[in-house]
Amino acid sequence: MSTNLAKKGDWVQVQMNILSPEERAQYLPEDTKKVPLQMRVKGFLVDEIASLGATVRIKTTTDRILSGILIDINPKYTHNFGEPIPELMKVGIELREFLAGDEK
Amino acid sequence: MTSTNDTSYDAVMSRRTEIMKKAVGIDYEEFIVEGIAFDYEKMMKEVGYSIDEVRQIQSETCVGNTPLVELKNINRLIRKLAPKGKGARIFLKDEAANPSGSFKDRRAAVSVYRAKEFGYEGVIAATSGNYGAAVASQAAKRGLKCIIVQECYDSHWRGQPEILEKGRACEAYGAEVVQLTVGPELFYYTLLLLEQTGYFNASLYSPYAIAGIETLGYEIALQMKELTGKEPDAVIVTHAGGGLITGTARGLKKAGAIGTKIIGASVDLRGLHMASDEDFNKKYFTTGHTGFGIPFAVFPDRSDVPKNAARPLRYMDRYVLVTQGEVFYVTEMLAQLEGLQRGPAGNTSLTAAIALALEMDEDQTIVVNETEYTGAGKLPSAQLTFAKQMGMVVKRGDSIKEDVPGKVIAIPQHPSQIGVIEFPVEDMKKSYLKELIKREGVRQFSDAEMQFLQEDLHASGEEIVKWMSEIKEVLK
Repeated sequence: MSTNLAKKGDWVQVQMNILSPEERAQYLPEDTKKVPLQMRVKGFLVDEIASLGATVRIKTTTDRILSGILIDINPKYTHNFGEPIPELMKVGIELREFLAGDEK
Repeated sequence: MTSTNDTSYDAVMSRRTEIMKKAVGIDYEEFIVEGIAFDYEKMMKEVGYSIDEVRQIQSETCVGNTPLVELKNINRLIRKLAPKGKGARIFLKDEAANPSGSFKDRRAAVSVYRAKEFGYEGVIAATSGNYGAAVASQAAKRGLKCIIVQECYDSHWRGQPEILEKGRACEAYGAEVVQLTVGPELFYYTLLLLEQTGYFNASLYSPYAIAGIETLGYEIALQMKELTGKEPDAVIVTHAGGGLITGTARGLKKAGAIGTKIIGASVDLRGLHMASDEDFNKKYFTTGHTGFGIPFAVFPDRSDVPKNAARPLRYMDRYVLVTQGEVFYVTEMLAQLEGLQRGPAGNTSLTAAIALALEMDEDQTIVVNETEYTGAGKLPSAQLTFAKQMGMVVKRGDSIKEDVPGKVIAIPQHPSQIGVIEFPVEDMKKSYLKELIKREGVRQFSDAEMQFLQEDLHASGEEIVKWMSEIKEVLK
């Protein structure tokens, strides 16, 4: 059951601003210069209870205590194998046919 | 020195020398000769380990001694394409067999061993690549804590699938993964972490890391002698930060393979800016591309240590570029003809090897010096799905002619379309000098500095004087 509430000890993800646009390095492309440098880190919730969007403290796996905005509870991995790619689907067949031409 | 309480960008950057010295355990000042000149071999010797010591350290954590295999079906295909008498045989070093799935374990093994020996409580590495998982894996084995700092997202929180996968792998080994949005200030935050934790900087570019790769070149020379009776004629290395080419070349030489040509290969992503938020997710290779390959070759000391031990222009005989579309095609070829499903990085050099085999004689040999693990996020299907979401045109076509970084990915229609784009090494040597003159201003270099430049560029004094006068003309 999904919930918007995390309790102490839950595995969570927080987000924070590291540098605002004004604080960033001098020589940056224009598009990068206008956005902040942000960070996401996971850890165990230190606070008793918190809802998504709240500022919370976490303890990371190296025992660092960090403060940030709670963005996810038990965050899952979202990357995957992708979709079948039509432009690649026949490559193997073509190459095997090309090699088989040898034996004909 | 600014107070450690001041964590602003400028304050932390101004403390970088002190932070680095503490975090790498090397006083780089010791190796400075004068001005820009430093004693590279002394640095490699005094802080590195002998090849036998490195092999011992690596064997303790199951690193190295990976198989080297001839790609017989691909070689058959090359013979079908090659003119009479041409078509060198390709061999592949299966580095995916290392504990965390890439050659980066060799690099991490020595760094983490050193950290443990020095008594550090933990290690930190700034990397969006396989090196993160390698450091995390070695730290797990040696009982050290580990933090990996990744550049992972654009400002819309769209994560590069391959980097997300590498983050997952780091977490699997118990590391803390710090994921940042695009920007070179990743270095700032890494410095801050090093200062706050007192951990070891397991830099990709320390002498330990490079000494760790030497075993790869060493093993290739021995395995090729056993398999073919001679040293390989060429070793093709996927080139990014320069460590793989440097370490491999040094290892080959240590094993006596002095005649082997060292060829670098990168994916062509020219035109995309490395620090651009918008360009970040227009790249479907996260390493082994020109965005690292060219800048790190022309100014190695841009890295996270004062003197980079990875100095590719000392060793690189030739540099070629391949397109994204070709590498996806060859990744498919390796899986379907050789039964080896491997990640993108080594397939960059394999692509170049196929093209170069066609121009080499049939009695010659080429070694592709790495493979890496693959899977979610890393597969061509994952990257091309992402590319399409980001608006790229993906089509079949002649890659060399039709591929446009950031716009079009053309997958070859036939293996005869696999080719390379030559990037003269001499051009990079000139760029190195141009960058140097821009940093140093137009001035006379001392004899010691000129000697250093000859070594760092693997060039004669006459060549350097000639290139410098050409550059000064242009800069006037």
